[in-house]
Amino acid sequence: MNIITIVLVIFVAFLAGMEGILDQFQFHQPIVACTLIGLATGNPMDGLLLGGTLQLIALGWMNIGAAVAPDAALASIASAILVTYHGASVSEGIALAIPLAIAGQVLTIFVRTLTVGIAHAADAKAKEGSFRGVELYHIGALMIQGLRIAIPAAIILAVPVEVVTDALNAIPAWLTGGLAVAGGFIVAVGYAMVINMMATPKLWMFFALGFALSALGELNLIAMGIIGVVIALLYIQLSPEFNQGGGGGGSSSGGDPLDDILNDY
Amino acid sequence: MNMAENKKFKLTKKDRLKVFWRTQFLQASWNFERMQNVGWAYAMIPALKKLYTTKEDRAAALKRHLEFFNTHPYLASPVFGVTLTLEEQKAAGEDIDDAAIQGVKIGMMGPLAGVGDPIFWGTLRPILGAFAASLALSGSWLGPIIFFVAWNVIRMSFLWYSQELGYVQGGNITQNLAGGLMQKLTQGASVLGMFILGVLVPRWTNMNFPMVISRVDNAEGEMIDFAALSEAANEGVMSGDMLRNVVADIQAGMAIQPQEVTTMQHTLDQLLPGIAPLLLTLGCVWLLRRKVSPITIIFGLFVVGIIGYVLGIFG
Repeated sequence: MNIITIVLVIFVAFLAGMEGILDQFQFHQPIVACTLIGLATGNPMDGLLLGGTLQLIALGWMNIGAAVAPDAALASIASAILVTYHGASVSEGIALAIPLAIAGQVLTIFVRTLTVGIAHAADAKAKEGSFRGVELYHIGALMIQGLRIAIPAAIILAVPVEVVTDALNAIPAWLTGGLAVAGGFIVAVGYAMVINMMATPKLWMFFALGFALSALGELNLIAMGIIGVVIALLYIQLSPEFNQGGGGGGSSSGGDPLDDILNDY
Repeated sequence: MNMAENKKFKLTKKDRLKVFWRTQFLQASWNFERMQNVGWAYAMIPALKKLYTTKEDRAAALKRHLEFFNTHPYLASPVFGVTLTLEEQKAAGEDIDDAAIQGVKIGMMGPLAGVGDPIFWGTLRPILGAFAASLALSGSWLGPIIFFVAWNVIRMSFLWYSQELGYVQGGNITQNLAGGLMQKLTQGASVLGMFILGVLVPRWTNMNFPMVISRVDNAEGEMIDFAALSEAANEGVMSGDMLRNVVADIQAGMAIQPQEVTTMQHTLDQLLPGIAPLLLTLGCVWLLRRKVSPITIIFGLFVVGIIGYVLGIFG
């Protein structure tokens, strides 16, 4: 086992763990995390393919309010190590990613509870007027979130390759075949989660339009994106809910709140 | 406002950039009690450090910024901007009490979270992610690169400019953001998101039903006569014209196999391309609305996949 590989994998896992809570740079998203793990283990193409597939599945995994979503960080990192380092197939990686996402979710809920203590410790430092103390506790919590992924990654990395391959070979063909088939359509859950969040009765017609146009293979996603933006702009301009001013003479520039803000700015 | 002219109580662009950098770590110590509270204080520290010098003032400032706060991590930026303005005024001696500052924060966070979730998590990330995934699945490195760069450029510009907007506009911004502009943005993003989802559902869900529904023998004359062709080849009388005719026949729609096999997939495609993924997705939405957890649905689909594969329904 190459020491550089180990260090790189654990570093990427640490980044993904921090991003799993921060949700800023997106190192925890499968398409980034799996690709980076693939690069670290010297098997970039498998990482890329796994990342692309997992990204579609994780499309709807989002933290809204205080609700905690399935954890993309552990799912991506651990399954990418299994695929690119231990030689599991991409479809096995996808099947394993799901229980891993739940394990990661449980871990992050645990850490988010643990940090209640950190918040109280920060209170104590605040009483002393110590900026440094508050900063240290805050960053300390971030480190714990990083370790939340880095430690499992190190453990999975340490398991001998033979053990993993033996375990994978012991899986019967009907199971792997079935998992591969299911892997093709569980993305529907991700789509459904996004739809469930956004759909209002008025918006379903746009879904129907996209579905109908989808059959036109000549229109790639960029073309579809252009069509979608045009429709969205038209909708905003024409929809009565944004034009309640009545016939009040829209010619004055003061009517547009966007204009107002930009002018003031 | 004139009181704030004292340089000591004016935050420079450099101060605001420091706050901007730190807002990216807003959620680091996210906890179930007061959620983003420590992160909020952490991001405010560069400003507080400049505005308050005595230990008592600093302790009081930290205390008021360690109160409960939670919103979409990016939409916190305009709230930061407004709060920076309020803190400047307070430090300069204006009568702004802790409750007023907390009131502004709480008042803004609710509507803003409602705007950020559909725009960033509901539309932008799925669309960008799906586009990048399609590139990745075709083996292109541009997938992850475009995803990472585009997301972070959009995100960081949004964080900085919305913070500046909040800083310049002060309290007025709540009205503007929660009012017309943001509502338009949210609606527009949702229209775009729903449209693209409609496109993606049939395109990227792989469902194949190889079950054979019917086998019909092709009558003579409906199928290319390969027997005659091979005979001609064996006897050495094969000609270019014969081959050309074969190709023309294929292009004209003549069958190649002796049997016409119709699978379940063919039938479904004739009915409406992508109908199976559509029904599956709508079924998932239905289950989600009945509070079935996504993970349960995913496990359920794995079970369906395995059983279907064993029975030969899926392939």
